[in-house]
Amino acid sequence: MTQTIAVEASHVVKAFGHADTAVRALDDVSVQIRKGEFFTLLGPSGCGKTTLLRLIAGFEMPSGGTILLEGADITTLPPNKRPVNTVFQSYALFPHLTVAQNIGFGLEMLGRPKAEVQATTARMLALVKLETMASRKTSQLSGGQQQRVALARALAPSPKVLLLDEPLSALDLKLRKEMQIELKRLQTETGITFIFVTHDQEEALTMSDRIGVMSAGKLQQVGSPKEIYNNPVNRFVASFIGETNFLPASRDGDMYRLDCGIKIGAPPSKAARVTLTVRPEQVRLVADSEADALPAKITNLVYFGTDTHCHLSLPDGTEVVARLQSPATGDAGLALGQSVGVRFVPEAIQVLED
Amino acid sequence: MSPAEQDQITQSARNGWLLSAPALVLLTLAAVGPLIIVVIYSFLAPGETGNVEWKFSTDAWQGILFTRDIFDDTLAWADANLTIFWRSVKLSLLTTIFAFVVGFPTSWFIATRPPKARALWLFLITIPFWTNLLIRTFAINEIIRREGLLNTILINLHLISQPLDMIYTDTAVFIGMTYVYLPLMVLPLFASLDRFDMRLLEAAYDLYASPWQVLRKVIMPIVNPGIIAGSILVFVPSLGAYVTPRLLGGGKNMMIGNFIELQFGQGRN
Repeated sequence: MTQTIAVEASHVVKAFGHADTAVRALDDVSVQIRKGEFFTLLGPSGCGKTTLLRLIAGFEMPSGGTILLEGADITTLPPNKRPVNTVFQSYALFPHLTVAQNIGFGLEMLGRPKAEVQATTARMLALVKLETMASRKTSQLSGGQQQRVALARALAPSPKVLLLDEPLSALDLKLRKEMQIELKRLQTETGITFIFVTHDQEEALTMSDRIGVMSAGKLQQVGSPKEIYNNPVNRFVASFIGETNFLPASRDGDMYRLDCGIKIGAPPSKAARVTLTVRPEQVRLVADSEADALPAKITNLVYFGTDTHCHLSLPDGTEVVARLQSPATGDAGLALGQSVGVRFVPEAIQVLED
Repeated sequence: MSPAEQDQITQSARNGWLLSAPALVLLTLAAVGPLIIVVIYSFLAPGETGNVEWKFSTDAWQGILFTRDIFDDTLAWADANLTIFWRSVKLSLLTTIFAFVVGFPTSWFIATRPPKARALWLFLITIPFWTNLLIRTFAINEIIRREGLLNTILINLHLISQPLDMIYTDTAVFIGMTYVYLPLMVLPLFASLDRFDMRLLEAAYDLYASPWQVLRKVIMPIVNPGIIAGSILVFVPSLGAYVTPRLLGGGKNMMIGNFIELQFGQGRN
């Protein structure tokens, strides 16, 4: 099965600083990234995602553990000996070279014949739709165009893995959406394994085949966007990906008793104290007279256009947010302070053992 | 463009000239003027009392480049003068190259320090400028002369039995000049390296460039203006150096500067 694994990190540790003051940027991280997939490392700043990327690129050496590229140990190889290329957050284009020379740089350093360098450069220019810019200096390009040059430059030597370090963070929202689609297209067309680092959960969900969620130097969960969103393994993942409601509860036989005293059903668990989570779009409002609905009061209504966020308070003070689709005409007939019944879509309830 | 806007541009251009006027006047009086006078004088015949006669003559130039044979009046290249000229160019080139070889790593080191440390290192580089050139040159003299510090140490360590002849050689002149002009190489190089985006190194390294290729293909082309500025700042004053060759080269290893002094000041030529 080693052929289908592009990058395998096992028990990777990276500590910065000396001895007792050392900070563990990566704490025993193991992950397998499959060949040809779009893999995203997602997490807040300082979680270690960029460090892991830099270890794969070879800019840093791990304090422990090994990194394999298609089965070969590359842990101690310098960056120029690894068939892996990077798209930098700052683009880092060479200011003294033209667009075409930037794109051909990698192949030239590899000592490829001139004809091949020219042919590949032309192909890359067409791939990122910059044919007319070939002889421009990079400083004459817009941010989005520089981004494309950076991509073409990293793709030109046909790396086994392309590393992308928050490449879209400097672009405005509209351009970012365009580039997201562009990146996905490039990845499908070239079939190259992409490892993409971002702190933007929406970006991760829309582009990735699989996501690795990181926090505090540890890999929290690896899975498809759907798995991560629907079945978060812990509180961090649940709260970092999308919005969610946390309901503290105790196990009571096959059911769970919420702190407000009401019993509801959810998947089984061994722990006595748990947290139930349910996404805002899986919360339903019903009449407060309905049986086994949770009694709640509306504390706030926030209008978002396509939907309305309804903030509710349970009898014990627990906050619950419901996302309601805005009706075609008029308003939903909700008012602040109104008493309503709350129901959760049963299959949508997740149990987190704290 | 409206006439009013055009007026504004002419106006600001005029202001620019006005601001640089003091510098232009000074340059004309102190540099360009005397140079023109010297060039004119060089084509005139010498007078009786060190003055010039207003008569066109190429004797002065012939005298520099050629020597007239005392027997048959044929002209031959003036070997002595050309040797001095060639030695000057050679030593200045060596000085420039050596100052670059030493200055580049130094500038790189300073440019990669944290900002506060950078200011301190730059200050240390300029400290020699605070001391008179004569005194500094005498100090080198003291180190490398026959009974100097270096020879004494080497003899006491039994590394050599006879003192090395270091002073009054071309090498001494070239080492001395490298020392004197090194800061003029370091400062412009630092200015270029300071603006250099270090992230480009990772980009080049990532794109399969070896450390040597990173230096040749990325760092050097980008900091080229600094290299050129530093080389000119070292080469030009080296060519006309006077004090260093006089004190470290002795009388026999003259450079252009000493030759001019000899001819102009003592020979009244």
